[in-house]
Amino acid sequence: MTPFRLAQRHSVPASTQKRAVVLLVLLVVFGAAAVLSFTVGARAISFNTVLTYLTGSENLGQTDAAVLSQRLVRTLWAAMVGAALALAGAGMQGVTRNPLGDPGILGVNAGASFAVVAGITFFSVQSTSAYAAWAFVGAAIASVLVYSLASLGRGGATPVKLALMGAAISAGLGSLTTALILQNQNALDSLRRWQVGTVAGARLEDLTPGAFLLLIGALILLSGAKTINNFALGDDVAASLGENVALKRLLMALAITLLVGTSVALAGPIAFIGLMAPHTVRALVGSDYRALLPLSALFGAVILILADTVGRVILPPQEVQVGVTTVIVGVPVFIYLVRRAKAVNL
Amino acid sequence: MSVSLTGREHLTQIRRAARKRPHLVLALLSLTLLGALAVRVLLGSYTVTIPDFFTLLSGGNLDHARGARYIVMEDKLPRAVLGALAGLAFGAAGAIFQLLLRNPLASPDIIGISTGASLGAVTAIVFFGLTGFSVSLFAIGFALVVALLIMLLSAGDTGAGNRFILMGIGVSALASSVISYLMSRISSSDAQTATLWMSGSLSNANWNRISILSLTLLILLPTVALLHRYLHALAVGDELAHGLGVRTHAVRWGFITLGVLLAAVATAATGPIAFVAFVSGPIARRLQGGPHSLTASALVGAIIVVLADFVGANLIPSGNLPVGILTGVAGAPLLIWLLARSQKEGKA
Repeated sequence: MTPFRLAQRHSVPASTQKRAVVLLVLLVVFGAAAVLSFTVGARAISFNTVLTYLTGSENLGQTDAAVLSQRLVRTLWAAMVGAALALAGAGMQGVTRNPLGDPGILGVNAGASFAVVAGITFFSVQSTSAYAAWAFVGAAIASVLVYSLASLGRGGATPVKLALMGAAISAGLGSLTTALILQNQNALDSLRRWQVGTVAGARLEDLTPGAFLLLIGALILLSGAKTINNFALGDDVAASLGENVALKRLLMALAITLLVGTSVALAGPIAFIGLMAPHTVRALVGSDYRALLPLSALFGAVILILADTVGRVILPPQEVQVGVTTVIVGVPVFIYLVRRAKAVNL
Repeated sequence: MSVSLTGREHLTQIRRAARKRPHLVLALLSLTLLGALAVRVLLGSYTVTIPDFFTLLSGGNLDHARGARYIVMEDKLPRAVLGALAGLAFGAAGAIFQLLLRNPLASPDIIGISTGASLGAVTAIVFFGLTGFSVSLFAIGFALVVALLIMLLSAGDTGAGNRFILMGIGVSALASSVISYLMSRISSSDAQTATLWMSGSLSNANWNRISILSLTLLILLPTVALLHRYLHALAVGDELAHGLGVRTHAVRWGFITLGVLLAAVATAATGPIAFVAFVSGPIARRLQGGPHSLTASALVGAIIVVLADFVGANLIPSGNLPVGILTGVAGAPLLIWLLARSQKEGKA
């Protein structure tokens, strides 16, 4: 098994005080990001108008109200998906002991989006919860494939083997997805927008089932934070600490799959948040998953809200989808992580 | 005494056979490629007899079938030839990367070279409204820029192989998200063109394309053949190769450039035909039973593309499925099987 260097480097226990400071700062940044997400866009809206809207006052122009209700849904949506993906990424890093854990890199996003496209093509599924069900199955199959194939051979599932296997599975599923899309001309138009990863078309009525599923996944993962800490010590040590390693790992994997599958169903495949958020938080508060998981979720929400907001104004008059902005910010983080890690550990 | 002698003779025979086997396999692969080409050109939805084919090839016309000339000379033959040439290039490029990076999973499809080429093509189609040859030039240019970026990012450490792969995956993610962004912006008809190009298709094969690709390959493939012993020396390990007097750094970057060029010119001609570069090397090695052979891998690549195109054009009910879709769909399970086998044997 690969030593989890990135974790060890920061394994000095951070004081509760430091965690509280990080939490406070993140909450402030989250609030600021939410305000930006309300005010910035094709139609700029003043902070006062936003306050009026949020306090439920009636003195508001029709247009402003419509724009703001759309932005409210969009912000909630981005916060949920960002938090879910960050949690999933942190969980993957802990469960596979692989610093490069991310739903996009490990091919889980590709599995989920292929399943959704297949569901649309063959069974004309339409509701978000049906998307989520299909995405969950696809994500589960892809994660099992990637992990089991990467574990074969010398050295087990090393980061480079996991990443390569994820890329290979993504490529294979990508051409299957293209095959389906090419057969179905009508689907191409809507699918090529969804496939980028976007929160732009968010609707309020889809929010509840998605939020419910994400909450279940998040709760399972958060309650298993201590177990993930023990995983970091190695399977043998974890077992001697009284963990049922196989069962717990399966449970965690299910929670991660639920988070990824639902996120993909809600917003399309969005990569690299699962990489960025946990690693930044880990550098600040250390690798105790009891603090790392919730703080990563908060930071993931902040990143996705900001990515969405920046995407609205960066190339006017068009919007750049979050799926693109997160990758453009995330790849440098990935490159930094790879360059910093010792070659032996890859 | 006589028993041990026969035993020894037996051993020599086996050794001789083993030494002969690569050549035998190469000969068989060449024959198979010829057979595949014949199947592609002669059989299918419009069958042509061999004498008729030669009449058409020498410029004659068939009295009983006026359209035959067009179908064979402007559709079936160019598709077969372009497919074979692209397959040769993909197969050779894949084997080069696998040998160089000492990883059976390393191939230009995965480490971003093909994605770079696709980005170039989509840019050309979307921003400049280009078609045909100029799209290819963009594809080659972008593939080279992406490769250069990966090389720069992965430079400066002894474990360059793994780092190169990971940087490739990162850069590939970047390029493909830009592609998705562009794709979501463009008109439906442009999106059709771009999707078709990116799935890898031989449907726009013509003699112009073939002459460009074959001229480039006439320069690249002999260069690879001349230098390939350095590559094999490198494959045993950097230190050992250095001890043998090989300038490891120069050889490594030289071959990365050659591999990128091969993958890029082929991608430019046909679009990225998925998994051909990926599976050709392992299949060739399995057939030969010996070390990697670039020639065998190139031949396997050509056979795969030609046969897949035949299946896609004739045996799929909806008709004319792009060849890259077929190789992608068939390649993924094949790849998984190959990896499972080779990793169990500890070759990963």
